[in-house]
Amino acid sequence: MSSAHTGARPPARRLPLHWLGVLPFAAFVFLFLILPTMKIVVGAFQTPEGSFTFDNVIGLFTPSILSAYWISIKISIASALLGCLIGFAIASAVVFGGLPKWIRGPLLTFSGVASNFAGVPLAFAFLATLGPVGILTVFLRSNFGLDLRLLGFNLLSFWGLTVTYLFFQIPLMILIITPALDGLKREWREAAEILGATGLQYWRMVAFPILLPSLLGTLALLFANAFGAVATAIALTGSSLSIVPILLFAQIRGDVLGNPHLGYALAFGMIVVTGIANAIYIWLRARSERWLK
Amino acid sequence: MKKIWAWGALIFGLLYFTLPLIGMTNFSLKMRRGEYSFDAYAKVFSDPRFQETFTYSIMQALFTIAFGVLLVVPTAYWVRLKLPGLRPYIEFITLLPLVIPAIVIVFGYIRLYNTSSWLPLTGSIAGTNVLLMFGYAILALPYMYRAVDTGLRTIDIATLTEAAQSLGAGWATILGRIILPNVLVAVLSGAFLTFAIVIGEFTMAALLNRPAFGPYMQLLGANRAYEPAALAVIAFGITWGCLGLIQLVSRFQKSAPPKA
Repeated sequence: MSSAHTGARPPARRLPLHWLGVLPFAAFVFLFLILPTMKIVVGAFQTPEGSFTFDNVIGLFTPSILSAYWISIKISIASALLGCLIGFAIASAVVFGGLPKWIRGPLLTFSGVASNFAGVPLAFAFLATLGPVGILTVFLRSNFGLDLRLLGFNLLSFWGLTVTYLFFQIPLMILIITPALDGLKREWREAAEILGATGLQYWRMVAFPILLPSLLGTLALLFANAFGAVATAIALTGSSLSIVPILLFAQIRGDVLGNPHLGYALAFGMIVVTGIANAIYIWLRARSERWLK
Repeated sequence: MKKIWAWGALIFGLLYFTLPLIGMTNFSLKMRRGEYSFDAYAKVFSDPRFQETFTYSIMQALFTIAFGVLLVVPTAYWVRLKLPGLRPYIEFITLLPLVIPAIVIVFGYIRLYNTSSWLPLTGSIAGTNVLLMFGYAILALPYMYRAVDTGLRTIDIATLTEAAQSLGAGWATILGRIILPNVLVAVLSGAFLTFAIVIGEFTMAALLNRPAFGPYMQLLGANRAYEPAALAVIAFGITWGCLGLIQLVSRFQKSAPPKA
């Protein structure tokens, strides 16, 4: 529209010049994000000779691979649900619970740190706390006679991973949901109270339906977050727990499945699962933003 | 009643989040039998492998930040100035690294850029280092792009550009001496977050076989008892430091005079 250009060149030359500006970015993203992903997706439907096949994807439906997906999905759902629930409780306690105002700033800062404190060091922190000689394990055993191991708790298991993942899931929930809680207008609550609603009725019939899309959306994001976590799981369990990221890691390192193209299919399955979770997130997010403006 | 419930939630959170931190700190100090000592830290710091991998990861982080800034700032600027219609698509692309797990991306790299391919990056050490840096730039892209784009929103880039152009500035001058200083705080926020991500990254470095800090931590964790806890404390300190620096620079911006 505007004639910000220096020379008096004919406008026909503008268009290609404009597009040239994003070319380095487009080339980089294409070469190092799109193309590698495409390679995996295409590889999942190819035989080693290069012809089209469904065999790799069908090959995923063996008991051991299915159970790896199932454990992964269970851990992701459990840590996403609990993360949402606990994060919501903490965030709403700080926003509505009448706690001192100064708690809010440090809580959000800490959430920023903790949501980035994932991977190998997080596994070490939990080993030092809930591992066989961890501080909490020893404390409960020597002071209360409670043996976590005898109670069936093992850090290298479904619940162990879930409890560990919560360390980055809860803060992420707090970071995302606090602005949404701030968006609940005071007037809505007052209007509900004037019309005779109890606190519970206000939450059930006004606040909750408004928050629902962003709650469900965050749930999807937390799910994808846990599903793709590799480093924490490997540092925590070695390879003793067969979940999809660990299986894929071992497959890339040494072809443990005995078929390179089954590895493509395994990775393709991960993209499909996180892709579905994020599609739900984006869709619900767009819905929730209509309300919170 | 409501207050009790609120305090309950907060105290539960406090316990859950402090216990692992106490646990790892306590464990890292217990290497000497019967008393607290910094032996585990001394062991870690004097390990040549620690120094090597830590330096390697810092170098990777710095190169990633430099590359990310050079890539993202001109692109975000250009898109805002000339191609605003493209913004939703670029935004979508920059969010993709949150959807596609890092392990899948690096798997694609290994298959795409191996020694028998058209661009054999994994064939040489220097090539693999560059590939790993590109991978980190992809991982950091969602954070970097959003930070810079938010920073650009707060300044009037069209007016600034026209003013600079009418004074005879070229594109390099405009970007380097006008746009960059104005979004410096946003760039620094993105840079510190990138640093926090790269310094402990495990998956990509391990699968590309580079001697980075993340794989070193994992290896030590599999073989030692007390040193991993010390490493966890160090890593937590680095994350805390990076996030703290972000807070510091954004506070600095609010009180700084407009001419940065």
